[in-house]
Amino acid sequence: MNKAETSFKKLMSHRLFWPLVCLVVVLLFNLIKTPAFFKITINNGVLYGYLIDVLNRSSELIILAVGMTLVVASSGGTDISVGAVSALAGAVCVFSLGTGAAYNMPYGLGLLLGVFAGVVCGAWNGFLVAKMKIQPMVATLILFTAGRGIAQLITGGNILYVKVDSFKRLGAFLPGVPLPTPIFVAAAVVIITLLILRKTALGLYIQTVGINSKAGKLVGLNATLIQFLTYAFCGLCAGIAGLIITSRIYSIDANNAGLNIELDAILAVALGGNSLGGGKFSIAGSIIGAITIQALTTSLYAMKVTADQLPVYKAIVVIIIVALQSPELKRMFKALKLKINKTSEGEKVTA
Amino acid sequence: MISKLKSKLEGNNFLLVITILLFIALYVAGMIVFSDKNFAKPQVFFNLFVNNAGLIIAAAGMTMVLITGGIDISIGSVIGMTCMLLAWMMEKQSMSAGLSIVIVLIVGCVFGLVQGFFVAYLKIQPFIVTLAGMFFARGMTAIISSDMISITNQSFLAIANAKLYLPFLGTVNKKGVMVYPYVYPSVIIAIVVLVIVFIVMKYTAFGRSIYAVGGNEQSALLMGLNVRRTKLKVYILNGFLAALAGFAFCLNSCGGFVEQARGFEMDAIASAVIGGTLLTGGVGNVIGSLFGVLIKGTIESLITFQGTLSSWWTKIAIAALLCFFIILQSLFTAFKNKKIKK
Repeated sequence: MNKAETSFKKLMSHRLFWPLVCLVVVLLFNLIKTPAFFKITINNGVLYGYLIDVLNRSSELIILAVGMTLVVASSGGTDISVGAVSALAGAVCVFSLGTGAAYNMPYGLGLLLGVFAGVVCGAWNGFLVAKMKIQPMVATLILFTAGRGIAQLITGGNILYVKVDSFKRLGAFLPGVPLPTPIFVAAAVVIITLLILRKTALGLYIQTVGINSKAGKLVGLNATLIQFLTYAFCGLCAGIAGLIITSRIYSIDANNAGLNIELDAILAVALGGNSLGGGKFSIAGSIIGAITIQALTTSLYAMKVTADQLPVYKAIVVIIIVALQSPELKRMFKALKLKINKTSEGEKVTA
Repeated sequence: MISKLKSKLEGNNFLLVITILLFIALYVAGMIVFSDKNFAKPQVFFNLFVNNAGLIIAAAGMTMVLITGGIDISIGSVIGMTCMLLAWMMEKQSMSAGLSIVIVLIVGCVFGLVQGFFVAYLKIQPFIVTLAGMFFARGMTAIISSDMISITNQSFLAIANAKLYLPFLGTVNKKGVMVYPYVYPSVIIAIVVLVIVFIVMKYTAFGRSIYAVGGNEQSALLMGLNVRRTKLKVYILNGFLAALAGFAFCLNSCGGFVEQARGFEMDAIASAVIGGTLLTGGVGNVIGSLFGVLIKGTIESLITFQGTLSSWWTKIAIAALLCFFIILQSLFTAFKNKKIKK
């Protein structure tokens, strides 16, 4: 009994405990409200169902959250330009592939150019933050403002459509594969990132720089380079996410592609139990956070909440989740409990 | 005298001076380039205030929040919600204009109170709290009404369209009649707010404690300041100012719709940053933020006067200018740090 209790406490104090509980609660809520949520059917050799949809739709968010986690960890700030950078990457890709009946250049090269645009943007952010020592949010505010402007400049202010069919594959299905492609892309990004962080000391370095960049410098770490790399990597992630977003609708609308997705990405990082102040981080937490957000969105849609009213419910759930994870609230409850206990004891004495 | 001026110019006033000089340079350049299109007319200058009255109010509140070291990204949504609420109360509930205005201001205060409680007392990151606030207010706007509501309330429209002519700077028009520049009541509200916030920040104990809290929370606590209460008050005040900005905004738009004032918070933050406010807290000035707003307004009117440039060039121009300022700030800070080290 006692042993079980201590192991339960140990489980509770694990940093992924609360994020996971939140996700499970969101899913359980669906079990009561819309039991059809867990049904998965096979249609035309392709899997269908709300759960698949959640995973599919959360792919770009997961990719962005991975990049955002590293940025937050290394610099204690957020990159608010990822949405605009995604649109820019999509615009570059569509523009270079062309809107004709055939591609202007090899498909792979077009994708590569899009991702490259993302990396360039990330590197610019990284230069401002790491080298010029500008606060991350201000530094990324520049591309946040300009990114969509540049994207519109590329597209000439029009919505460009790609007419070649194979362009849809990245955002939909590869022939003969039952699961949507974005899931595989997201999984690949996560696995490669984790391999790099775990197999090299880079993950540790990022934490060190995030907790105290001066101390990091004193032990011989190149804090500037590490911060720069995280921002460039975040740009890379934004580029990949942008391609998926573009491919989903096989067109680029520079004004609306990835609109406000940076907020969801930051939210995913915070819901995953990461501190926005930098330092220790958990990629797994951010992924859980991203899936939670998408699960919430999808389940609200399943409950017939309209798109423009959805933010209200999202806000309420988010604030509850964040408040639950706040150590200050736990402390307050403890103090309250103590007070109640004390008064009840006092009553006993007088009685 | 010169040394006194020099010492005044040092520190953060330096950035303010640069901001003001840049604004003047930009404006004079506009006057020269578009001299044939009447850019030099006083009315063009006052239109900067007319078009940006809401932003001036919002930027004043944002500056205070930024000085505490926090951030509030909910104000754009709060402004949207305020406009919608005003329109809904007056048109669908046929309430009087005065009562509706009082109610939205109270709603703004309550909104600020809730956010402030989460930030100051539960110590949740301001970005996340106000992000939730942003979602909430935008969603509420849609719940109130997903269709656009135009305001037809007579007394509200009377306030909105009341032209207040200034008694000076008159120009003679083509017909030989003396025309004085005019502003709308929203501009008067903005100026009054600006003056009050400036005085509060500069000369009251509350204002100084805001700087102290933002400069170093630990020191402020050790000095005996009530850090949490100060922060809470700032967020309440900011909620109030956001609602007031919404009212000023509504005077311009005379209606409410779901997408109204989206991204307004970033305009406010950018204005404050151009004006020399640091996001790390402790440094900032509402006068700087005013000039930040004016610079943004000038760029926009330059682009309108030019006439052939596309809207995306506005975004790129503003971003380039922002970039220029931020790099200048960073160089300046680095220079100052080096000096201290010596």
